[in-house]
Amino acid sequence: MTNTLHRFGTSDSFHDDFVVFAIASRGKNEQDALPRLRKFLEMAIPFGPVNLGDARNGGALRPSKQMNPTSHWNRDLAPDFRAVVDGLNHITTVAAVFDSRVKAEDFVKKVKAADLGLSINISTSVDGADQCCHAAGIPRHSVGYSLGFEGKTDKLPNEQVLTVMTMCGHGMVAQSLAKKMIDWVKEGRRTPEQAATYMQRFCSCGVFNPVRAARVIREAAEGHQH
Amino acid sequence: MRIDPNKCVACGNCTYVCPMGAIYIDPKIKRATVNRDECVECYACYNGLSQEHLNPTMVRTMRKMFQMLRLRFDPEPDVCPTAAFTPEELTWPRVVRRAFSDPRVPHESTGVEGRGTEEVKTNDVSGRVGVGEVGFTIEFGRPGVGVWFREIQKMTMRLAQAGVAFEKKNPVTTLLKDVKTGEIRDDILDEKIMSAIVEIKVPVAQTEEIIRMVWEVEKQIDTVVVLGVGTRCDPTGDETVVLPILERLGYHPQRAKTNIGLGRITNKDAQDARKQEPVAAY
Repeated sequence: MTNTLHRFGTSDSFHDDFVVFAIASRGKNEQDALPRLRKFLEMAIPFGPVNLGDARNGGALRPSKQMNPTSHWNRDLAPDFRAVVDGLNHITTVAAVFDSRVKAEDFVKKVKAADLGLSINISTSVDGADQCCHAAGIPRHSVGYSLGFEGKTDKLPNEQVLTVMTMCGHGMVAQSLAKKMIDWVKEGRRTPEQAATYMQRFCSCGVFNPVRAARVIREAAEGHQH
Repeated sequence: MRIDPNKCVACGNCTYVCPMGAIYIDPKIKRATVNRDECVECYACYNGLSQEHLNPTMVRTMRKMFQMLRLRFDPEPDVCPTAAFTPEELTWPRVVRRAFSDPRVPHESTGVEGRGTEEVKTNDVSGRVGVGEVGFTIEFGRPGVGVWFREIQKMTMRLAQAGVAFEKKNPVTTLLKDVKTGEIRDDILDEKIMSAIVEIKVPVAQTEEIIRMVWEVEKQIDTVVVLGVGTRCDPTGDETVVLPILERLGYHPQRAKTNIGLGRITNKDAQDARKQEPVAAY
């Protein structure tokens, strides 16, 4: 899930973005991994995640293939965490997204105690992950640094659009949609939270952080410069 | 991907959700149309948009009435009102676009959804990047720019020239004609994809050399590049070997993914194999 590694932002800007994910390794520990992956997701719910993800089936807010036209006026924006747990039917990467370090730390302690035998990773700022490990009394095993975007960076959008769209590292949140949503909030046509949920549905592995997205959209709409 | 012109009502919602900007309203037919050269078959339109199944004639009539009255039509932005998207049966080589663009399609070569592999995410059980080694992920096209295989080949050929080892369990490696030359299969060079990750492993001492090589080649590549650098921490959880090299080169990593080392080998056959391996330093 390199798709959470290259989120755009400074270390401070990840204060509300902690992705904890579990993955089995092919040929090493994938046998009978499904119930352990499901347990990981199940254990996350009491800690108040802002999203839960199953890389095969999606996150806690998904698009509908049979949308009722009346739902334009009363659309349910509440995440369905239970559906993610119950819908897990393949051995894949699963993730829990938190909007605070304390929640992530508490969850990591719980995961450690559960001894699932799966590889567990934390994707956030370098320091944030280090602090989570210290709190849980776990020395880091390996670290994968993101060195940021280079090459033809003139092809990239502005920083606020980039911050929002890179929350789906697979690129399923289009820069034009992120820009449109910021503009709609600016015009008062939608709230930042509504705008974030539209984009969240496009993230097909459930790691999009709607709380951070709403914050960035609000800041962008109010004209704050990063 | 194609859009059924009999169903499309030209609401324009899909033009914003295409990560490649490949969907537009064709003024000649007044319907949304896919630019096939630029489309990477990521299925963001088909999978991401919610679908209503409204009658197209009714929706077009309503839209015309709103337009005449200069009223703003304000639908939900993530909906295709007439379910007009129709996936096509993809054949080689176009099917490779989807394999590198739609994250729900696992690569045959890795079994992992998405474009990457397990890299350091499972390092605690796989031992893929050992002590004194650095695993590089060199990604092209992310975020939202896309890349042609012929551009990626510029990097793979340069890396091969330097004699680096490409990670075997990586989707791009499986498409190399020859790992010694770094040449990619001719029949896919003109295929555009959302992004791809080239994965290599080198001794720590080669870190600077590889980064300087990437700097040199990325100037010739018509897309964005992002580097991931994976390494082992010491027994206390500190990492004081690679970070100073990165800092000396002007990088100040803000984000990382951290493997916290809770994994263990549980497959019976893998446990037996491990018993026969020599014990490695941390």
